[in-house]
Amino acid sequence: MHCVSTTNKQKMKKLLGFIRKEFYHILRDPRTLIVVFGIPVVQIMLFGYVITNEIKDVSIAVFDQSNDVRSHELINKIASSGYFIVEENVHSFNEINETFKRGKVKEVIVLEPNFGQKLERNQKSSIRLIADASDPNTANMIVNYTKGIVATYVNTINGNQQLPIQIETRGRMMYNPAMKGVYMFIPGIMTLILMLVSAMISSISLAREKEIGTMEILLSSPLNPAQIILGKLTPYFILSIINASLIISLGIFVFGVPVVGSLVLLMAECILFILVALSLGILISTVAKTQQVAMFMSQFALMLPTIILSGFVYPIENMPIPLQIISNILPAKWFIIILKDIMLKGAGFTFIWKETLVLVGMLLFFVLLSIKKFKIRLE
Amino acid sequence: MKTLFFIIQKEFLQVFRNKSMLPIIFVMPIVQLVVLVHAMTFEIRNIPMTVVDHDLSGYSQRLVHKFAATGFFIIKNATPSTQEANNDLMTNDAKIVLEIPAHFERDLIRNTKAQIQLRVNAIDGVAAGLSNAYANSIIADFNQNIALEWMKVAKLQGGTRITIDESYWYNPELNYKTYMVPGLLVLLVTIIGMLLSGINLVREKEIGTMEQLNVTPIKKYQLLIGKMLPFLCIALFVMTIGLNIGYFAFHIPFVGNLLLLYAMAIVYLVVALGFGLLVSTLVDTQQQAMFIAFFFMMIFIMMSGLFTSIESMPKWGQYLDRLNPVAYFVRIIRMILLKGSGFRDIQTEFWSLVVYGITVFTIAIARYHKRA
Repeated sequence: MHCVSTTNKQKMKKLLGFIRKEFYHILRDPRTLIVVFGIPVVQIMLFGYVITNEIKDVSIAVFDQSNDVRSHELINKIASSGYFIVEENVHSFNEINETFKRGKVKEVIVLEPNFGQKLERNQKSSIRLIADASDPNTANMIVNYTKGIVATYVNTINGNQQLPIQIETRGRMMYNPAMKGVYMFIPGIMTLILMLVSAMISSISLAREKEIGTMEILLSSPLNPAQIILGKLTPYFILSIINASLIISLGIFVFGVPVVGSLVLLMAECILFILVALSLGILISTVAKTQQVAMFMSQFALMLPTIILSGFVYPIENMPIPLQIISNILPAKWFIIILKDIMLKGAGFTFIWKETLVLVGMLLFFVLLSIKKFKIRLE
Repeated sequence: MKTLFFIIQKEFLQVFRNKSMLPIIFVMPIVQLVVLVHAMTFEIRNIPMTVVDHDLSGYSQRLVHKFAATGFFIIKNATPSTQEANNDLMTNDAKIVLEIPAHFERDLIRNTKAQIQLRVNAIDGVAAGLSNAYANSIIADFNQNIALEWMKVAKLQGGTRITIDESYWYNPELNYKTYMVPGLLVLLVTIIGMLLSGINLVREKEIGTMEQLNVTPIKKYQLLIGKMLPFLCIALFVMTIGLNIGYFAFHIPFVGNLLLLYAMAIVYLVVALGFGLLVSTLVDTQQQAMFIAFFFMMIFIMMSGLFTSIESMPKWGQYLDRLNPVAYFVRIIRMILLKGSGFRDIQTEFWSLVVYGITVFTIAIARYHKRA
């Protein structure tokens, strides 16, 4: 018994020594630290403001063939909505094509001749909305918004005509009463940055040892593969936790995203997600022979799928079924759900245990596979 | 000229010799293009809905049916329990809850007034706003119908109307794929080009072959151009495959002039690859190069206007985006392919890229010292 415990102690000591060595490696180069902390901070500050799908100040043009009081009234209404800026006036249908080709104007509103007169006399007139649908997502939204404004304008002309029977609808915007764009995007931005930075730093670290030849020294040391991986992971794990706290604080204090649920639960889930990302990075580095390959796999293979399929920008439930299935293999998808649930909905663990379980499963899978793939010999 | 040719030959050899990189360079972008583009839509449909009908009367049932019949909402759950409905919102099983109170029909008939409640998951504010508006219009329509029936009123006359005729130019079917394929292709080509060029020089530094290059009689600009041309060819090759896929598989219209597109692509790639080389001259290790390349690439990509439109950004963001080469080319490729814009329409973008390219290259040549 005595003997076993000393060997365990020795093993522990070796591992600690190795971890310390790894720490020195990272801390020795302050540039790496600047990068590891600087990238997330700058990116979240930038993306938090810049990434939004709200429609505002869209450039439009007006083709007013009527030029009367009513037409001006309607155009003013549209211009003052905050959604649109009337960039120019066009004077013929031929001009519309030219305007669109220049690319700035996204919609042209065409008012028929005698718009006001028809409205007064026949109580009926028409307008035409021509959208530059080369961007169909935006075009669709812009046209809907314009229709909404026209409808309110018609209502004000009519006065509020009362129906004899009235169903009153009370709408409640849950979890985000002010419908702020940052609530939608901040959790996704956090996930994306945490995922990519963690996977990148850990995947490059082992590949680097292979490439510059120090791997041999590690392999001939009495540490086993699991210990080497553990020792490699620990410093990055600590850095990533600091990183996550930084990112979450920025989300809370700069962008005003609340944490309705438990902060402890939030941090625990963050730690789990960091472990998943780091172990994915390690897995990549066991496969990749050079840093170049490791980087391409950790960035190129992860970046776009994570942005596009995780539900960060595009809602998953709108995707075709095969893609909805594929999206399940992205750790980011599950973490975004968890973040939104805890931060915005105030969900407790009972609501997110499934997502958590998926992440735990992924973690185990990545770790076991990396230990298996980790080659003790160099080729 | 001959020296240049040899450098180019050497780079090509190095790329094609590296068997683990080949699939990453040539296969991965194409797979991503074909798969990912299907996901890139904001179009809202099939919104999962939970109905809490406390009334279970003829009217309330009709209202629920009306919701189900639109195709916009899908009724996933009907429950008498408000608690359960709120749970559905929590667990994402429902995005919207319609709650009809008890005595809905009675109130409507006796008091000519009744209330119902909509609760919307508003985390995605824009989608929530749209689905709320849509639900409201369904209710208003229902309201009008029963008013007509019950009160036996003739169709409400009077009231001014403005009919709206909408047309969607360049893409009447609102097919988002034709819009996304060119943009996504730009991102993929950029990532390959920038990552390859970003670590190229520094890799030679790190593995020690830079010294050999430095002692050869190669001029600085020759080396940089020789290192860039192979990547330019690779990027153009990948772009060509992508365009073919876009044309044959996604039926992108290709309205504009392809020669103009390729000319612009070359100008753009010179900027993108030059940027990568510049990064490479600034750092000592591949690791640093990757971090810096990653930093800028993420920003370029997120602000390229592909995912969220540039017009939605705050003004300062739009000004900042003028330093983003990817945003220029995403705009250019879409304008040429989808709208048939000519050189006059994209002049501003063209000259901006030219200035950008010259600046990047001048700095890169100045920063690259023929020392170890």
